[in-house]
Amino acid sequence: MNPMTDADIAEAGISSAPPPSTRASSLLRRSLRLGRTRLGLILVSLLVLLAIIGPYLAPYGPSTPVGAPNSVPGGKALLGTDYLGQDVLSRLLYGGGSILVMAVIATALGMIVGAAIGLLAAYSRNVLDDVLMRGMDVIMAFPQIMLALVAVAIIGAHSWVIVTAIALTTAPRIARVARGAAQPVVERDFIACSEAMGVPRWQILATELLPNTLGPLMVEASLRVTYSIGVIAALAYLGLAPDPNGANWGTMIQENQIALVVQPWGVVAPIIAIALLTMGTGLIGDGIARTAAGIDRARGGE
Amino acid sequence: MNRLRSGGVPRFIVRRLLLGLLVLILVSFVVFAATQALPGDPARAILGRSATPASLAALRKVLHLDRPVIDQYLTWIAGLLHGNLGSSLAAQEPVTKLLAPKLVNSAVLVLISAVVSIPLSIAIGSWAALKREKIFDTVSSNLLLVLAALPEFVVGVVLVILFATTVFNVLPGVSQIPPGSRPWNDLSGLVLPVLTLVVAVAPYVARIMRASMIEVLESDYVEMARLKGLPERTVLVRHALPNALGPVFQVIALNLAYLAGGIVVVEYVFNYTGIGSALQDAVINHDLPVVQALAMLIAALYVALNLLADVGTIVVTPRLRTRL
Repeated sequence: MNPMTDADIAEAGISSAPPPSTRASSLLRRSLRLGRTRLGLILVSLLVLLAIIGPYLAPYGPSTPVGAPNSVPGGKALLGTDYLGQDVLSRLLYGGGSILVMAVIATALGMIVGAAIGLLAAYSRNVLDDVLMRGMDVIMAFPQIMLALVAVAIIGAHSWVIVTAIALTTAPRIARVARGAAQPVVERDFIACSEAMGVPRWQILATELLPNTLGPLMVEASLRVTYSIGVIAALAYLGLAPDPNGANWGTMIQENQIALVVQPWGVVAPIIAIALLTMGTGLIGDGIARTAAGIDRARGGE
Repeated sequence: MNRLRSGGVPRFIVRRLLLGLLVLILVSFVVFAATQALPGDPARAILGRSATPASLAALRKVLHLDRPVIDQYLTWIAGLLHGNLGSSLAAQEPVTKLLAPKLVNSAVLVLISAVVSIPLSIAIGSWAALKREKIFDTVSSNLLLVLAALPEFVVGVVLVILFATTVFNVLPGVSQIPPGSRPWNDLSGLVLPVLTLVVAVAPYVARIMRASMIEVLESDYVEMARLKGLPERTVLVRHALPNALGPVFQVIALNLAYLAGGIVVVEYVFNYTGIGSALQDAVINHDLPVVQALAMLIAALYVALNLLADVGTIVVTPRLRTRL
């Protein structure tokens, strides 16, 4: 129990400093030099803003009847009314919040759990690695929407069920990436050095392994947010939103699809909102991925 | 992978098979645990508060709820292996009888989508690689990026808006297949669901194909083939393409597996009579035997395709075999 001093380490010729890693903030800043990242960020910011301040701007409540069902735009309703005579614009302004909040929480939970499992698996280098990753394989044997559907079938379409199901299906995909990125790092001298110094395992995972895997994790995270939004909106479209009558972009598309020919705006408006949002997250993800790949290539050439 | 050095390809396949089996057994635990996880009495949860004691007892017997958990699991698994998936609670029909025709319909949908999307995306990816940084590459890369980000149901509904209602009213927006009929009896009904699945899958395959092709085109052996004076056509078709396909194989199999989940939403968009809309129906109706059967079926398909992806990649990439 006699940790080596810095001088001992310097004498032994081992560098205790981690290799130059791509810090998350610098990766983000660099990726903003790409036009696509900026475009994506603008789209996502607009949609998030719409979801946050939308309810304050809405001319009517989300469930207030304002006219005849499926009436075309004009008069009191700027985008017309839906199948129950509610204002499409108001429901559009109210309908993004729950999708966004659930997608962000689910992805964040999946990231935390997945990264922890992936790093632990890579670091353990023993049977725990196999057990953890085979467990992840079992969860990955279900397509994401399938597991969410089974969970909803059993417990019900509560927000926490949907969030948990999506977090649970996000985690193994993150774990794979984290493990893959951490494996080469685990073999490096600075990890062995920390072990020799008696640094606790959780601290090695959190302060030495994690920062070195953030690049690939961020690429994966942006991809996962896109999918989470898609799955949550798809569940609502399948009639499985937490509030079946509430304003929700997915629910709106389902409800108004029958009246598409008469009053297309009830479907087109939420479609545009979802499409712009996922395109935005997709563009940001591609920007980060390109930047990370560019940094890797530059390093390989050194 | 270096663990496998002594065994070679057959041993690798056996290992992956056993692993796939293990995953399936674990999946069956999870799916079975689903019935156990129902809060309170599953029979009451399924039938609701107004159920009579007689119907509750009958359902408990059907679900074998009156026996120990291990027994219940073994009965269920044995039934599964004998093709007996229990009875649908909503339709009062054996699950196999209910799902068999729908399974055929879904398989047709997935197969046609695969047959259309795979060559198409390989062609797009290769062409983009050959015309790198030119206009086709830039346009297709950005278009594919945007399409890849869209959820399938959004793509499906947009196609309905474009081709079945307002803009060009040329195709049916609903593809319901009447009982006894087959999907190929009405081909026009297949167009939009297939197109939706193609749009869902093609971007991934095309992007990998492009990256893989670019790498191959820059390789020494392609340069060698060109220096030998081979016609460009031969260089591309005989030398570049087969080598570029290796990494793409894995992505294709993964995307086919993904289609197994993707059909749930796409079938619902078009009211297509398949296992996907059956699953949505079963979830809405709390029809657990059907949900269990479909979960096992889709998981098995998923595991099988992943296995195929791994084995296929090894077979089409001789380079990897030497590393085993």
